[in-house]
Amino acid sequence: MIKFQNVTKIYPPNCITLDDISFEIEKTDFVSIVGKSGVGKTTLFKLLLAEEKPTKGRIFFEGQDVNKIKKSKLPYLRRKIGAVFQDYRLFPTKNVYENIAYVLQVIGASDKEIAHDVAEVLEIVGLSEKKDNFPYQLSGGECQRVAIARALVHRPDVILADEPTGNLDPYNTAEIIRLLLNINNLGTTIVLATHNKEIVNLLKKRVITLEDGKIVRDEEKGRFIL
Amino acid sequence: MFILLKRIILAGWLAFWRQGALTLATVFVLIMTLSLVTSLYTFNYLTQFIIKQVQNKVDISVYFKREAQEEDILEIKEEIAKIPQVKEVEYVSHQKGVADLLQRHPELEDSVEETKDILNLACLNIKAFQSFQYASISQFLEKEPFKNFIEKIDYLEKKPIIEKIFYLTSKIKQIGFVISAVLAIVAFLLTFNQIKIAIFNLKEEIAIQRLVGASNWFISGPFLVQGLISGILACLITIFIFSILFYFLSPKLIDILSGFDLFDFFKKNFYSIFLIQLVTGMTLAIFSSLVAIRKYLKI
Repeated sequence: MIKFQNVTKIYPPNCITLDDISFEIEKTDFVSIVGKSGVGKTTLFKLLLAEEKPTKGRIFFEGQDVNKIKKSKLPYLRRKIGAVFQDYRLFPTKNVYENIAYVLQVIGASDKEIAHDVAEVLEIVGLSEKKDNFPYQLSGGECQRVAIARALVHRPDVILADEPTGNLDPYNTAEIIRLLLNINNLGTTIVLATHNKEIVNLLKKRVITLEDGKIVRDEEKGRFIL
Repeated sequence: MFILLKRIILAGWLAFWRQGALTLATVFVLIMTLSLVTSLYTFNYLTQFIIKQVQNKVDISVYFKREAQEEDILEIKEEIAKIPQVKEVEYVSHQKGVADLLQRHPELEDSVEETKDILNLACLNIKAFQSFQYASISQFLEKEPFKNFIEKIDYLEKKPIIEKIFYLTSKIKQIGFVISAVLAIVAFLLTFNQIKIAIFNLKEEIAIQRLVGASNWFISGPFLVQGLISGILACLITIFIFSILFYFLSPKLIDILSGFDLFDFFKKNFYSIFLIQLVTGMTLAIFSSLVAIRKYLKI
């Protein structure tokens, strides 16, 4: 489903963030990408979303080279990928309902579908009561749950979660991970970038470890070892 | 397509409503710009009005010999009226000439009484379209058969003042045009900058929209709608401010402005002014939004 083939990313003047990375992720996988801050986890996601281009190598999503997709067609690629970020990246001027509904509006869903799907996903993340609240009226954990709901609502093939628990307390961290596992159990591929040792060890899922821009470990039921 | 358009319009309206401070700042700057445009339009009209009034006071007079009869003068008047450069010819009879003279200089009553049989005060006052045309009109009248009837043409006496007036009015027009152009550019830059700042504040939001797969039109559409609403609102507020302003200022300024009635001008040109404001406001807002947003759509 996702394939990184000898990918190198160098930021000018000479900062090698990723160095000849190759790996594959299959459908319904739950993969944790671990490593210190600045090791290139976020860069991997940016490359997959075609926000940035690799210096060398190729990236495939569902058999398609993402860097060969025309600019006008990029939105169609991004609609297949749900993204969750450490800083939530919610729309500050939209309420919870509108934040989630936006993604469905983008893909042209009908008003009826939007009303149904948003209500359903709000139920899953436990925020039905707060659908009219704006992001500034929510806690960090609630904001992250909205972000997950938004990433999930249009049933993407994969969800990229970039340090989704970075700003959360242990209780909310456990909640978010439980949510991601549930989503994965329903058949969505999850790629989780984190430096939270407890989470990774608890998950007992595949772990790719990055160090100095290279993959140093790729284990099926891995542990957090740095 | 319809559902997409509906969503874009709704999103634009919601953004306009919710981004209170930014919207207010944009509308305020647009009101300033539209006020400037309206003032320039009015100033241009006023300048034309005053220039026309001053130029209307410029003419040359043709005086006739004692033996010239009224019929001869009226015939000459007909001939002069046919000259393409002539804008207007006015006949002043001997009696009216005497009355005008006495009205201006009552102390000359005795002298006029003594010379009334040897003087002919009948004249033709001629107005041309342009200052330089007076010379050719004057030359035309100095030829046969007119010169047999004509005593004097006061062109040479009036020439310096005529040229000065036309020079000054043409300079005023030029200066007015330059000032208008400079102020219009300033107004455009003001608006553009304000909208650029407003969109800059939302660049993070635009980046998220891109990442969740929104197309360029789905992202920029609401900004255009927002700009459109701001433009319309600014136009309505500006037209309201100017109608109140002109209504109260007009009676006080009518003497200073050589009889130019501001409120009457505003009433007569209401639709033109409204249209200018509406088109300027909307075009500025939409164009600025489009240019400002382009930069953030490259992600």
